[in-house]
Amino acid sequence: MDYFDPHIHMVSRTTDDYEILAKMGCVGMSEPAFWAGFDRGSVDSFRDYFHQLTDFEPQRAAQYGIQHFTWLCINAKEAENVELSREVIAMIPEFLDRPNVLGIGEIGLNKNTKNESTIFLEHMELAIQYNQQILIHTPHLEDKYQGTRMILDMLTADSRIDPTRVLVDHVEEHTAAEVLDRGFWAGMTLYPITKCTPQRAVDIIEMCGGERLLVNSAGDWGPSKPTAVPDLILEMRRREHSEDLIRKVVYDNPLEFFSQSENFNFQPRD
Amino acid sequence: MSIPMNSQQVLDREYLEIRGKILEVAASLDRLERAAGDVAQDPRMTLIQQGLQIALQSNDAQGDSRAKQIQLLFSREYADSWRKEFEL
Repeated sequence: MDYFDPHIHMVSRTTDDYEILAKMGCVGMSEPAFWAGFDRGSVDSFRDYFHQLTDFEPQRAAQYGIQHFTWLCINAKEAENVELSREVIAMIPEFLDRPNVLGIGEIGLNKNTKNESTIFLEHMELAIQYNQQILIHTPHLEDKYQGTRMILDMLTADSRIDPTRVLVDHVEEHTAAEVLDRGFWAGMTLYPITKCTPQRAVDIIEMCGGERLLVNSAGDWGPSKPTAVPDLILEMRRREHSEDLIRKVVYDNPLEFFSQSENFNFQPRD
Repeated sequence: MSIPMNSQQVLDREYLEIRGKILEVAASLDRLERAAGDVAQDPRMTLIQQGLQIALQSNDAQGDSRAKQIQLLFSREYADSWRKEFEL
């Protein structure tokens, strides 16, 4: 089955992974900007990173028939540095007209601090100003519930935000329903230990339904599995879910959400 | 949304997986007990015990699943006054 991974950090992966993903049915992906594993020291580091996301990665993906899209921001961890964050936010518009840029992301919270919240609001303002979609990172572990509620507070307090153009990622059992109930799209990240297993993700699909729900691998430089979406497909088949429902979650839903971005020129396979 | 498999089919499929996961938790608690020192007063041990209790219960009065209740148990509290405190 063709599928689309809506959140995967391919800059951290080898070219071998592109080949494996293509063999497993991945035909498209979107890569939000994230933390490199260390705090970057200057706005030029981000400029180089954005070049990589908008130039090199789409070419690398295309060699395996995968269409690559991306999102730009300074991530929540580095948002503690407010001065640097503001320099990066001011620089992002240089890249917004690149053909694979879908919007602003993955913005969000990490430890739910004042600085992170300040920069989240300034990213929101940027997205509104440039009519961009938003992809949101919610915190992990004990910070997730509080951080997700804070993020929803900020989004819903601004009437200019259209929830149907916002994807709130890394939802789990205690956050999925509220995100969906408030009209946003929700993403489940299949990731060992700190996020969700394929089995629990299918439980959430069974409890919440398949509307506005996406599934991703977040494959990055940590102990992640870039082929986690096919794991979910297999789990859904083992539970005897219909092919229509599986396709909706792993293919139709991402395309429906991303199609709201004017740069989303995805070409389905014949 | 209905689940295609019935409860007997789910049990047949998952019995050994559940058994294995229970053993992993039991072995971890044994490992803690065998190790030198005492963590009985560590608040994380209380959370683990409370989590195990939740797993043995049915859904709560609000209809929240065990998984959701355990997620909330291990979560920091949310206060809707946070924007005022942050002056945002």
